[in-house]
Amino acid sequence: METILEMRNIVKRFEDVVANDHVNLEVRKGEIHGLLGENGAGKTTLMNVLYGIYQPDEGEIIFEGRKVRFRNPRDAISAGIGMVHQHFMLVPRMNVLQNVILGYRTPSDPLINHKWVESKVEELSEKYGIDIALYEVVMNLSVGEEQRVEILKALFRDVKLLILDEPTAVLTPQEVDSLFYALKSMTKSGLTIIFITHKLKEALKVTDKITVLRKGKNVGTVITAETSERELARMMVGRDVVMDVAKPEVKFGKEVLRVEDLWVKDDRGGFAVKGVSFSIREGEIFGIAGVSGNGQKELEEAIAGLRTPARGRILLNGKDITRLGVEKREEIAYVPEDRIGVGLAPSLSVLENLMLKDFKKYRKGLVLDYEKMEDRAKELIEEFSVKTPSLHSPASTLSGGNIQRLILARELSRSPRLIIASQPTRGLDVAGIDYVRRRLVESAAKGCAVLLISEDLDEIFQISDRIAVIFEGDIRGIMDRKEADYERVGYLMAGGLEVAV
Amino acid sequence: MLDVGFVSSLLASSIRAGTPLLYATLGETLTERSGILNLGVEGIMITGAFTGFAVSVLTGNPWLGVLFAGFAGMALAFIHAFFSVTLKANQPITGLMIVLLGLGITGFFGRSYIGEVAVYINPIHIPHLSTLPYLGEILFTHDPLAYIAVILAAVLWFLLFKTRYGLEIIATGENPEAADSVGVDVDRVRYICTLMGGFLVGIGGAYLSLAYAKLWTEGMTAGRGWISLALVIFSGWMPQRAVLGAYLFGGLDVLSFKLQAIGVGIPYHFMKMVPYVVTIVVLLFSVIRKRAAFGAPAALGIPYVRGKKE
Ligand SMILES: Nc1ncnc2c1ncn2[C@@H]1O[C@H](COP(=O)(O)OP(=O)(O)OP(=O)(O)O)[C@@H](O)[C@H]1O
Ligand SMILES: [Mg+2]
Repeated sequence: METILEMRNIVKRFEDVVANDHVNLEVRKGEIHGLLGENGAGKTTLMNVLYGIYQPDEGEIIFEGRKVRFRNPRDAISAGIGMVHQHFMLVPRMNVLQNVILGYRTPSDPLINHKWVESKVEELSEKYGIDIALYEVVMNLSVGEEQRVEILKALFRDVKLLILDEPTAVLTPQEVDSLFYALKSMTKSGLTIIFITHKLKEALKVTDKITVLRKGKNVGTVITAETSERELARMMVGRDVVMDVAKPEVKFGKEVLRVEDLWVKDDRGGFAVKGVSFSIREGEIFGIAGVSGNGQKELEEAIAGLRTPARGRILLNGKDITRLGVEKREEIAYVPEDRIGVGLAPSLSVLENLMLKDFKKYRKGLVLDYEKMEDRAKELIEEFSVKTPSLHSPASTLSGGNIQRLILARELSRSPRLIIASQPTRGLDVAGIDYVRRRLVESAAKGCAVLLISEDLDEIFQISDRIAVIFEGDIRGIMDRKEADYERVGYLMAGGLEVAV
Repeated sequence: MLDVGFVSSLLASSIRAGTPLLYATLGETLTERSGILNLGVEGIMITGAFTGFAVSVLTGNPWLGVLFAGFAGMALAFIHAFFSVTLKANQPITGLMIVLLGLGITGFFGRSYIGEVAVYINPIHIPHLSTLPYLGEILFTHDPLAYIAVILAAVLWFLLFKTRYGLEIIATGENPEAADSVGVDVDRVRYICTLMGGFLVGIGGAYLSLAYAKLWTEGMTAGRGWISLALVIFSGWMPQRAVLGAYLFGGLDVLSFKLQAIGVGIPYHFMKMVPYVVTIVVLLFSVIRKRAAFGAPAALGIPYVRGKKE
């Protein structure tokens, strides 16, 4: 197989951070090339350099045998490179067709030839098994469907090389399978794919070769068939990782959270949570499994105090908090699913984000005691290993995984009574996942009640004491972990009903 | 008193009074669709009104006046585009600066033109059609610029919703990062839309001095720029709805004269207030309700820098 892409000695710096430090990458035509690395290793940056979003400070790119210089994404697109970004690049208020052809000239240009687009899309759908309703507004699509639109967008432009930045982070297991199927059929017709992920199992399953980045440097490229999860993990982290956090048996204490017949509306005014009841005790981790979009967001927001329930009660330590504001719920730590939107003030600095809820503690007369705050922030950054250029960089410049660590650092350090953790390890690397789960287990051991909301069944099973499944706003069965099994939970997640056996 | 004759003459004058609003609303709609908020409409309009008038006085050709009014509007819009697109400055502030600039310049240079007489743009009575009962007066007795405004609204609608350019403009206003990622030149789209928008707003001003009021006085736009800004919201950023909105507001303006002329007992000043009150109400509502619900472009007023995470 011939080489389609070579990136040589790529260096990209952001002020003091060297995001890519003399990285080499060689990709052969028709292969699926995995790009692995911890959070902040520089994967996205490397691909953004390739796609013309960033200009490299040093190094060169050779694509199809020619030295290229992409000044912007348009150059990369016309060379035949497509990219599906970690955060989707869609216009929510336009429909699928409009998103697909945005920036593309149909034969009747500048008019839009709908018939022509339809037939071309149909051809592609058949060839790769990507099904999508062309006239649906993107706003109404699920994340999995949005991703299909992104892939379609790239295929529509007849790309030769397709970059997928953590495409599976937001997908359900079924969707992952159909994505892999599509990727395989793409390579059969000669496409080359670069696949970024944290998930070792996935990398092993779908790629032909894997390149590992660590701290901006290339650690090496291995052939998938000749490597193992252990080796990859060691390459990524630089040491052996053990992935065996387990929840120790603890004696449960008093009841901390009680939710009684809770009904919560979503933004569109329909009921997203329909009569949910459960309780969590001290030392207990209560896991709610379910596919995203089944009312989890509304449920967690109601408990955190961001959304007023329509009916029902929420009790914290026996006190009714149903209608109290967020600021009165200091004993609740909240790690939201929507990190950038709810969890963080992206334009504020790392320091300010860490101290966001504790400013009161650092009052010195009329001003804030910045020195003391900085000391505390440094401790937290150390403890939660948040990788940041400095305390004063805007939080938005952190990599996805580090944003999550930042939120965890702020929330968990406030010694809460209840922790609501929603998809807490989504987008994290192995070490990060291990770390977060360990923290949750530790907090529970110290007597905290934990509400864990996750799509990841491994996660639910690994650390929960009791497991519930949410489907269409309804809790379907609460069971002890010991008596739960994957099949039953998976069945309930997909909308199956519990039948008395 | 409310006979058919009264109503049809009211409607006819609503169209005349609404036309300058329509030009300004269409211009600002185009600008805002690309994500640029140009609050300078009032300043651009008054500059157009003055430039149009002055050029007509100097050359004797009102159409040349209209053209130069457009260019003057474009020049001011260029300042706004330069600050907001190239320098990524705060758009509301630049816009307000342009209002002050427009009012200041025209106040200064306009003094010697007060009381001058220019060559104006006159209505044409379309043969046969204009003699139709009532309908003829309402629809077919206007000047060419009034007809062009309606055609422009149709063209703009077509451009925005039926062509690739429109798709690129709307995407730029909704999610510039997404537009950039598929190769749309965000800065270029925003420049073009802001400049073309300024051109239209300038013509709206010229209409005021050369076709509607047929005179030049300082500050003669009298808040019409602000009303147009509200009309953009009122029409949900849709050119086709802007036509209705503009005529409606034109009608409110005219009604105050008419009712006074036939001696209705409401004080003149109260009637005069109506368009402004409605404007304030529209703006208030758009602030209270979510912007998205009103259909505002999601990235309106937000500078775009490539590679900068939000
Ligand atoms: N626009 C930017 N400005 C400043 N620093 C940046 C910027 N983009 C990335 N960085 C920094 O560069 C480093 C690499 O980030 P990058 O997003 O490439 O990581 P990643 O490997 O994709 O991580 P993740 O798996 O968390 O997405 C990080 O330390 C990040 O903080
Ligand atoms: Mg990344």
